[in-house]
Amino acid sequence: MANAQVAPVPNKPVHRFKINQRFMYPMLATAILVTGQLSFKFLTSPVGTIMGILAAIVVEIVFSLIFVKKLPILTSAYLSGVSVGILVQATTIWPYMFCAAVAILSKYLIRVDGRHIWNPSNLGIVTLLLVAPAYASTLSAQAGNNYVAIAGIWLVGCLTINRIKRFHICFTYAAFFLLFAALRAVILGHFVSNESFMQEAGPITGPMYQLFVFFMITDPKTTVQSWKGQVLVAFLVAFLENIFRIYGTLASPPDGTLGNIVATHAPYFALTIMGPTALLLEIRSKRVAKRLQLAVQQA
Amino acid sequence: MTGQSKSPASTRPPLVQRVLGVLMMTAIIGAAIYRGMLRPDHFGIVPSKMYGHASISAKRAQEQYGFSFKECATACGINFKHQAPQLDPKLSNVMPDVASMGASVTVVDYNHDGWPDIFVTNSGVGTQCALYRNNHNGTFTNVTDQVGLNDLNAPGTGVCMGAIWGDYDNDGYPDLLVYKWGQCMLFHNNNGTSFTNVTAASGIPAHSNINTAMWFDYNGDGKLDLLLCGYYPSTVDLFHLSSTRMMPSSFEFANNGGSKYLLENMGNGRFKDVTAKAGITSTAWTLAALAVPRNPKYPDIFLSNDYGESQYLVNENGKYFKDTSAHTLYWDPSGPGSLSGMNASFGDPLNQGKLSIYVSNISVGGELMQGNLLWMPKQGTSGTAIQYQNMGTNLGIDRGGWSFGAQFADFGNTGNQDLAVTNGFYSGDPNKSYWYDFGKIDGANYHLISDAASWPAFAGRSLAGYERKRLWVGDGEGDFTEAAQMVGFTDRFDGRALAVADLFNDGAEDLLEATERGPLLLYRDYPNPVNHWIEFDLTGTISNRDAIGAVLTLTWNNKHQRQAIVSQQGFCAQNDHRVHFGLGSSTTVQQLEIEWPSGLKQIIPGSSLRTNAVNPIKEPSRIG
Repeated sequence: MANAQVAPVPNKPVHRFKINQRFMYPMLATAILVTGQLSFKFLTSPVGTIMGILAAIVVEIVFSLIFVKKLPILTSAYLSGVSVGILVQATTIWPYMFCAAVAILSKYLIRVDGRHIWNPSNLGIVTLLLVAPAYASTLSAQAGNNYVAIAGIWLVGCLTINRIKRFHICFTYAAFFLLFAALRAVILGHFVSNESFMQEAGPITGPMYQLFVFFMITDPKTTVQSWKGQVLVAFLVAFLENIFRIYGTLASPPDGTLGNIVATHAPYFALTIMGPTALLLEIRSKRVAKRLQLAVQQA
Repeated sequence: MTGQSKSPASTRPPLVQRVLGVLMMTAIIGAAIYRGMLRPDHFGIVPSKMYGHASISAKRAQEQYGFSFKECATACGINFKHQAPQLDPKLSNVMPDVASMGASVTVVDYNHDGWPDIFVTNSGVGTQCALYRNNHNGTFTNVTDQVGLNDLNAPGTGVCMGAIWGDYDNDGYPDLLVYKWGQCMLFHNNNGTSFTNVTAASGIPAHSNINTAMWFDYNGDGKLDLLLCGYYPSTVDLFHLSSTRMMPSSFEFANNGGSKYLLENMGNGRFKDVTAKAGITSTAWTLAALAVPRNPKYPDIFLSNDYGESQYLVNENGKYFKDTSAHTLYWDPSGPGSLSGMNASFGDPLNQGKLSIYVSNISVGGELMQGNLLWMPKQGTSGTAIQYQNMGTNLGIDRGGWSFGAQFADFGNTGNQDLAVTNGFYSGDPNKSYWYDFGKIDGANYHLISDAASWPAFAGRSLAGYERKRLWVGDGEGDFTEAAQMVGFTDRFDGRALAVADLFNDGAEDLLEATERGPLLLYRDYPNPVNHWIEFDLTGTISNRDAIGAVLTLTWNNKHQRQAIVSQQGFCAQNDHRVHFGLGSSTTVQQLEIEWPSGLKQIIPGSSLRTNAVNPIKEPSRIG
């Protein structure tokens, strides 16, 4: 999920209660973790969750010492660990640790122009699903059938995200998810089977999507920098997820195959593909701009 | 904070960092390519080879795992194929899901000839269940018509989901209760020659949707009482629906399932509904019930519930049941939460002299990973304050696919219990899976889930179909080795009920598997002949005559193993009434302790017991 670090915002508005923005994501994630477990025990392996958090922290410390030569601030690793701990479903502990380790490793090893290009926990989950699908899945629990709880999480999440100026990403993604759900319901419902808007929109009412929307697609470190670019990428993630979902409905790929894993975990794979693509394009355009600037200066 | 944020954009990372990054990317992309190349047949999903075959020879399996299986139903004269029910056409989009049960198998010596017989249910309207009489020569004969057990699925009466045997009138012959989605049926056994339908005068509810039931003597009066556990609510007529809003309200917290019925045996062929008086209020979606002989005189109730948490009801001296689930099962915040309970069976896999309870759930990689549970009594807890903790994952017996029936048994006569688990939900088109569509609703809210019309259409696709079965070979010390493909437990049908019995009276625990829309399979067990065994056939005198509820603890070679006699065990199954222990290389035992349902405790010295034989034991009138 998101790295906690948020770039300083000039002319920052004054809030009555000042909370360091670095801690906003971890606090929200911790609130969801604790509330979800205490109210409806949504963790498959609470011990696995704890071990995932610990693994993320340990790997962060070790690789920071190796490559950056100093101790890291651990909010990012903690957040990745919590995210993985909530979203991974496994009865054994190692998938949590593996996923958390891949998430943190990717930050240090897969970098372009000094930036890591994948949302760490998103890549960790996708890697786990590709490498060891027989041992793990992702969160598919309900939020206890409690509309108040669901509304509460959305409200708190939106307020928190709004405070760190990322609400437009969440809103764009959610709006297009619902729009595409409606389109699928109309088109597939007419030509394929009994697809309805309720069926197609159903997944977004679950806690998995709350985590995906609030933490993964808004990650400040792995989203493009412009407001318009962020909106465009959120749309493209929803669009690609929609393609995967149409494929899931039309092809119904058999269990265990790549197609099945991609379709049943469509948002993760959509972000895995679209997020770095957008980021690489941004990096490339910056390089081009820099070269042009240099050329102009030299001329 | 990554610690990397201050790196200048133009700074190239060290070579080792770049190399490792390339390796990591290569591994991820390689995994994606590998997975992209996989097809159903790579997972062994080939519909034409549903029976499979053992991957090593029988001799080697015996040497390595202690036993081998050979599927021999047809050779033994058993040609039975289950048909699933066809419910209201309004459910056609989800028919494979709602009509996914009914294949049950029970073992009974109905004619008291000392040889176990087999009863198997069918579930299509108008189809026949079957009673297979043991011919004492390795074959069976279908005697259903002869004994008057035909037409159990007659139109308008509902369809069979399972059966349990119990001698409710203590006349020496086990009687039959068939539980149904519709009208349950009670048959009196006429001295092992025929059966009489005595439902009308029995007091059994006129309509209910029962998916599990058990005979047990809840009040210690020596007469078998009856617990019927509903799955769908009793008010729902699955053949004539008034509304499609009859599905569970949640995948994790559903409480809109069927009522439970505790029917007290009045002793004159009549049963009295004492559910409310006994404080049983559960409306969970129960698929398996187990009478837990914590106190054999007043057994507790364990309910394994689909779409929710299991429940533990403590028996308060035969008067009242108190739901202690929060204390007994869910005391540990790091323990398992709500799952999809489909099985409840006893085992003592570590030879601790304690009964653990195995609950099957759904564990399908990449889709839904719940893990099967082994509820093991927590050290230092006992009595009504007993607590259980899940050890399924620790012992490596948790990933069983979309699991249904499971049974502990010592297939190799090694002195250590093994665990057989059957699985597979719906095997349709092997090239198309329903999982993606299932994912649309499993995280949604009850407005969507509870209405069958809202569910995406199955359209012939598979959902956890063609699964490979599991057989974990135990070493008695907590190490289980999965060896189903080695020992010959190789079919790919959608398994439901498993029952174990020494069908050929040769000291081997044979395995029966009832499959949904598939054949009844008989896996004949060939244990390594160097191992020894002992069996006990108990008859109650003060207790109910079947000794249902008795607990046996055998001590041999300084090992202790506990087993219990229960009616229902597993998923819609009943095992051999005789209790079987493997002894490994021991040819003698030290002692047998029996806790009878009457409260009597009997200790029989090993010198009075014969190994490699069935030992008949009659309850004494008093001890000493």
